[in-house]
Amino acid sequence: MTDIKATMDALPGLDHRAPLLQIDDLHVEFRTRDGVAKAVNGASFWLSPGETLAILGESGCGKSVTAQAIMGILESPPGHITAGEIRYRGVDLLKLPEVQRRKVRANRIAMIFQDALSALNPVYTVGFQLAELFRVHRGMSRSDARNRAVDLLDQVKIPGARSRVNDYPHQFSGGMRQRVMIAMALALDPEVLIADEPTTALDVTVQAQIMGLLAELQRQRNMGLILITHDMGVVADVADRISVMYAGRVVEEAPVHDIYARPGHPYTRALLESIPRLDLKGRQLNVIRGLPPALTDIPRGCAFNPRCRYAKDPCRQDPAPPAYAIAPHRTARCHFFREVLGE
Amino acid sequence: MFRYIVRRLLQMILTFFGATFVVFALMFANQDDPIQALVGEKQASDSLRAALTERYHLDEGFLTQYWYYMKGLLTGDLGKSLTGRDISEMLADAWPVTIRLALLAVLIAAAIAVTTGVYAGIRRGGLFDNGTLLMTLLLLAMPIVVLAPLAQLVFAMELRWFPATTTKDATPYELLLPAIVLATTVIATQLRVTRTSVVENLRADYVRTARAKGLAPRRVTWVHVLRNSLIPVITLIGVDLGVLMSGAIVTEEVFNIPGVGFNLARGIRTEDGPLVVGFVSVLVIIFLVVNLAVDLLYAALDPRIRYE
Amino acid sequence: MSDANLITVAEAPDVSGRSRSLAGDAWADLRRNKIFWISAVLVVVILLMAFVPSLFTSADPGACALSNKHKGPSGGAIFGYDFQGCDVFARTIYGTRASIEVGILSTLMAGLLGLIFGLSAGYFGGTTDAVLSRVTDIMLGVPFLLGAVVFSGRLSGSEDDGVWAVTLTLGVLTWTSAARVMRSSVIAVKSQDYVAAGRMLGASPGRLMFRHILPNSMASFIVVLTILLGTNIAAEATLSYLGVGLKGDAVSWGLQIAEAQDYARIAAHPLIWPSVFLAATVLAFIMLGDAIRDAFDPKLR
Ligand SMILES: Nc1ncnc2c1ncn2[C@@H]1O[C@H](COP(=O)(O)OP(=O)(O)OP(=O)(O)O)[C@@H](O)[C@H]1O
Ligand code: SF4
Ligand SMILES: [Mg+2]
Repeated sequence: MTDIKATMDALPGLDHRAPLLQIDDLHVEFRTRDGVAKAVNGASFWLSPGETLAILGESGCGKSVTAQAIMGILESPPGHITAGEIRYRGVDLLKLPEVQRRKVRANRIAMIFQDALSALNPVYTVGFQLAELFRVHRGMSRSDARNRAVDLLDQVKIPGARSRVNDYPHQFSGGMRQRVMIAMALALDPEVLIADEPTTALDVTVQAQIMGLLAELQRQRNMGLILITHDMGVVADVADRISVMYAGRVVEEAPVHDIYARPGHPYTRALLESIPRLDLKGRQLNVIRGLPPALTDIPRGCAFNPRCRYAKDPCRQDPAPPAYAIAPHRTARCHFFREVLGE
Repeated sequence: MFRYIVRRLLQMILTFFGATFVVFALMFANQDDPIQALVGEKQASDSLRAALTERYHLDEGFLTQYWYYMKGLLTGDLGKSLTGRDISEMLADAWPVTIRLALLAVLIAAAIAVTTGVYAGIRRGGLFDNGTLLMTLLLLAMPIVVLAPLAQLVFAMELRWFPATTTKDATPYELLLPAIVLATTVIATQLRVTRTSVVENLRADYVRTARAKGLAPRRVTWVHVLRNSLIPVITLIGVDLGVLMSGAIVTEEVFNIPGVGFNLARGIRTEDGPLVVGFVSVLVIIFLVVNLAVDLLYAALDPRIRYE
Repeated sequence: MSDANLITVAEAPDVSGRSRSLAGDAWADLRRNKIFWISAVLVVVILLMAFVPSLFTSADPGACALSNKHKGPSGGAIFGYDFQGCDVFARTIYGTRASIEVGILSTLMAGLLGLIFGLSAGYFGGTTDAVLSRVTDIMLGVPFLLGAVVFSGRLSGSEDDGVWAVTLTLGVLTWTSAARVMRSSVIAVKSQDYVAAGRMLGASPGRLMFRHILPNSMASFIVVLTILLGTNIAAEATLSYLGVGLKGDAVSWGLQIAEAQDYARIAAHPLIWPSVFLAATVLAFIMLGDAIRDAFDPKLR
């Protein structure tokens, strides 16, 4: 344990008073045969210990790509981070040599994926896949690592952990598999957990259990949690703050209750209006008029302008709207936020 | 697992009888003079005729003939060759060197195909990948009758790196050149399958997870991707064995290695029907047994099948 | 005219339009592929050698003089002479015909058998499929050359040059891959909407197969046959080499190699040239098949 602490303390620029995680003006593009897809175009947000930040947005707006960029697991090529900073406690992860960057993964920042069945390796037991973390990162012996794996399965409340540790992923039910995924992410006590639609593939009842488990583990460990989701109901329940993404940008950021009461961006407003207010729980986002822009050809000015009912001339001209501070702890990228807020 | 094994066993028994029947039928069915089929263009003496008729029960019905043939096969009684030697004994003599040759060839093929295939898969579309693809194309296009004599000519006769021929007690070094030649008959397909499989597996979600776990790229490839990628390669082993058997006939003939293939090639040339049928039948049985073993190995490697 | 007819008629152009655009894309891809052009040119040259050998050499492959035994290149005999004093270049050129003949005929036979078995297995499914799959398994249970040795050995023995014996052997033993490909493409195509729609509207099975299924399964089928053509040519050479293929006076690369090999220490050229031509021919067809497959299925390139 001291080993890893020393390694982490040696990270260049480490500052324990700096924000836990800070993303600044992140740009990611995919250079493919069909052109350059600008998946993330200046995303910015931050995360504090013990806090839950929900990232919302339509399919394809760059949520998963942002998460993968933070983890440093973007597929490259075709993916390239072209600008921006990702700081963990003041350490610019993008400037870190690959070996140190790898240490940050799983040790400090961990991630769980949507589809646990395909995210787990089908040909190894879950015990092997859990123990591997301790063997590789902590240099533990096979049997010690195995014991830790059993502990972890216990912690995520998998019944009969001692025997199930020898089972293969396909032998678990969907919910149990996602618990394994969570155990794997939490194995090395990370400070940041990114959960990319952790419950989308599950039954509604199981969804609630998994979210409950996540919330509980987060509280115990005082972890910062980035929750990427489509489920507005879940957001209202567990999130502290919300970042709404559109076409690779965070278009609005606010404490959860403020945003539900008074959205500051037309896109957020449309998202909220697309679901019946009294029945938020378990609802998926409904489709908003028009289509998200093609990432190879993002509109000039405000990317949302072709679909926006508030749009006026300035919206169609560069530069894109800046992040206006529309209230304490709130920003929105809309020239006409006052109108939207209804002031 | 149990049901899987039982199902495979049943399938194999069916294939076993089918395949031996095909071999038998190819040799004897619809033949005006089965004796002549056995001895080729030679004149069959009356005593030989009588012996062959008794041996293959040629005076009885076709199915009875097949029955006796199967009985002989299963009890290890393969009869005598036209030269009067006991076929089972010839086989016993010939085995060891052929086994060594085949094992060496398999090791060489697997080592090259898997490492090269994995690297080509990782660097998909790069220079190395395209180079390997071109190489496999050339290898695929090299029939064993081209490769074996040319390899012997160049590496044994001209460059003198290896001996041109060997004996029954050949050392691994003496067997190296023929083994490489034999290996090339299967390398190309193995390599291509490995590569494709690696390319597909690299896109799999579990690879992303492995990287998110902070594992080094080497570990991701050789521990996580490799095991998954080998599954389709394993299924190739069964098919490859057939290719190797065919290749061994020519290779052993060219390099004068007195193994199973060499004896078979001689049997073919001298039109020794009993010898050819006996050897071929045994090889077919081995082929089927190995294929069954491969299926079981496949199950061992892929837990999704094991617990079906 | 009934409604059903109307719809079937309306469906047909849609399907052909789709396959045409797929074929069109593939052609555009092929045109830019160097490998395709190299192999196509090679194939044309090889076909010319097979059917008009006199374009390439004026020498008579049968005119041999022992006085020329193992002589090096001279005059028209640019590859020298073999151990019987035959012109190696002339024999190699004339040897093309046997290889190509056997290759094409046996591949056509294998293709026809594969077409029939694969189509029926895929189209009718159920018991037909199960039985045919078992038959395929059994065929695959006998390694190719072993089966060929027994079969071809049995067929030959008569006076002719063995072309038919080898063709029949190869055709009968190599249809399985064609059948498998046919079967799986038929199953894939069958599940597509327009075929299901056609069946619901009462189109006859024969019509369905030929109007809808066959054209859509053709691409991969042709690829398999092109490659099979290459491997069958190699197989013919191997059988001839072993003495169960072409025989007697036949001019064949396999026979040339077998004869020259015994004298390789003394004279290498009679061994090298037929080997080079054989490898180049097999390569040409395999490359062609590869290129066509890539054009139709660029996913894994
Ligand atoms: N490997 C890749 N190659 C090319 N483009 C990619 C790749 N990965 C993602 N993209 C593109 O980046 C864009 C953003 O994808 P991302 O997965 O981040 O969306 P998302 O917001 O997570 O959507 P969802 O809600 O559907 O998960 C998509 O349009 C996608 O096409
Ligand atoms: S900037 Fe203009 S187009 Fe963009 S959201 Fe605001 S009003 Fe709509
Ligand atoms: Mg996503």
